[in-house]
Amino acid sequence: MTFLRTLMVALACAAGLLAAQPARAEIVVNVNRADVQPLPVAIPAFGGDASGAEIAGVISANLERSGLFRPIDPASFVERNLDPAVQPTFESWKQINAQALVNGKVTVVDGKLTVDFRLWDVFAGQQLLGLQFTSSPENWRRVAHKISDQIYERLTGEKGYFDTRVVFVAESGARGARTKRLAIMDQDGANPSYLTDGGSIVMTPRFSSTSQEITYMALRPEGSSVYLLNLETTRRESLGEFQGMVFAPRFSPDGTRVVFSVERGGNSDIHVMDLRSRATRRLTADPGIDTSGSFSPDGSQIVFNSDRSGQPQLYIMAADGSNPRRISFAAGRYTTPVWSPTGEFIAFTKEEGGQFHIGVMRPDGTDERILTSSYLDESPTWAPNGRVLMFSRETAGGAPRLWTVDVTGRILRPVPYPQSGSDPAWSPLLN
Amino acid sequence: MKAIHSKSAVAIALLAAAAVSMTACTRPKPSFDTKPAPKGAAPSTRPDTGIGQSTVPGGAAQVAPGSLQDFTVNVGDRVFFDYDSYEIRADAQPILEAQSQWLRRYPAVRVRIEGNADERGTREYNLALGARRANAVRDFLVGRGVTSDRISTISYGKERPIDTGPSEEAHAKNRNAHTDIVSGAR
Repeated sequence: MTFLRTLMVALACAAGLLAAQPARAEIVVNVNRADVQPLPVAIPAFGGDASGAEIAGVISANLERSGLFRPIDPASFVERNLDPAVQPTFESWKQINAQALVNGKVTVVDGKLTVDFRLWDVFAGQQLLGLQFTSSPENWRRVAHKISDQIYERLTGEKGYFDTRVVFVAESGARGARTKRLAIMDQDGANPSYLTDGGSIVMTPRFSSTSQEITYMALRPEGSSVYLLNLETTRRESLGEFQGMVFAPRFSPDGTRVVFSVERGGNSDIHVMDLRSRATRRLTADPGIDTSGSFSPDGSQIVFNSDRSGQPQLYIMAADGSNPRRISFAAGRYTTPVWSPTGEFIAFTKEEGGQFHIGVMRPDGTDERILTSSYLDESPTWAPNGRVLMFSRETAGGAPRLWTVDVTGRILRPVPYPQSGSDPAWSPLLN
Repeated sequence: MKAIHSKSAVAIALLAAAAVSMTACTRPKPSFDTKPAPKGAAPSTRPDTGIGQSTVPGGAAQVAPGSLQDFTVNVGDRVFFDYDSYEIRADAQPILEAQSQWLRRYPAVRVRIEGNADERGTREYNLALGARRANAVRDFLVGRGVTSDRISTISYGKERPIDTGPSEEAHAKNRNAHTDIVSGAR
């Protein structure tokens, strides 16, 4: 497995210009509005090297999938052979109603890939971004993702989420006897690879904030284990032996603790382990099912799932287990709460009226918004900017697939991974 | 499978036992008319039929007493639950009574109770629910005199459906606890 290599980000001359005029973007893409029209953007193939077309293609696909941008068909382009060092003829881009233009140039010298790109505001006739990325040639997709993140951030004012990966459970085989393997891929479905061999049932992988470590549950007839797996070294270790089943692990935001569930005599309670001392503390002691703990981004609180009221609902408690209080009160059954990285929302799965939904609410339980609906939607995971959720969707009698939806519920897309997958977990932005 | 040609007492016991397990399998919905397979009948007739003397070693169609097949065919290795419930249903009680008697008769046998849930729930909650079901069965058996060190439990959540269809009938079958013989059977 080849993982992160240093990606050097060099600010080109124009970046100084950008810093001098930070708040002057004429184009603003509002990620909060549910009625926005996607911004028409032209992304011609980058010049200089054969990989330039592929890089432009990855950027275009990323921006399109966000739902906030509408890449214009390259066949309509009037101006050709752009050089990022030369100002484009804005008139020829206005003609096809491109609001933004992205162009770039690729050079490969001495086994080193350099990508120079510009983002232009066509109608203002102004450069918005000029950056140069240097890396090894096999990292060209990551460079394309980093450029996508820069464009997204410049035009929306929010951090991007394209240079990220997703760990998930790849499912194969017939229903009832499925092989489940831990797998990892780029957020756009590229570069999938397996992390486990399918010998045990694996579930619920989750990233740590370092992006280098995941935690997951494995189930065998002899019992269950929660593992920590370092993606860089492939070193795997168990959280330890517990009397009863261990499941539903999730890292604290600083990566020093894991919250997880332990079942004893049929009763599931939430525990937390300090990974350095290995000291474990039980946080709930209710005869109801308590599971699916998820930390707030500041680490001070935990949202979790409990059926102590008679059916599954969402609760929040302090990180030491004190002061539990219920936050979900509408009709339906609420499970798998996940606190957003910004702290703004809690995503959940809700079952109501025979359908399953992905939804979000504020941590105080207000502003509930149902984003999706199907036979079986579950396992939401947040993109690092807290704007997009990935989840798994299963049709009746079908196999689960991965989908994304934005927090407005307007932009619903299948993840371009052609096979069956479940339990996705989105990484933080890579370095 | 069914020893229809065997001696009368055994045959009756076998058919009665088969009726119990068939009932459980074909009726997913909870039914509280305890008419088929009355509680006392099946368990009490089975142990005193003299199974040990009536089976002939080597008989191909025979089910060896104390064997895995004896347990699955004559006792029943699975009980079913209502939606999001881990309460032992009335139709599960005679099966679990029979399981406890069989396990007391064959004390070398160790079992693992596997709790299962249908797909109409999320993964982690269903793991917890399956664990409750497995433990409800375990508690029942322990309450009937099976020593607890012979029983382990595990939850498969919704990972091991026995009926992979999307119908309510399939879901009802998948809400179960399976008593799996780990060792000690003949």
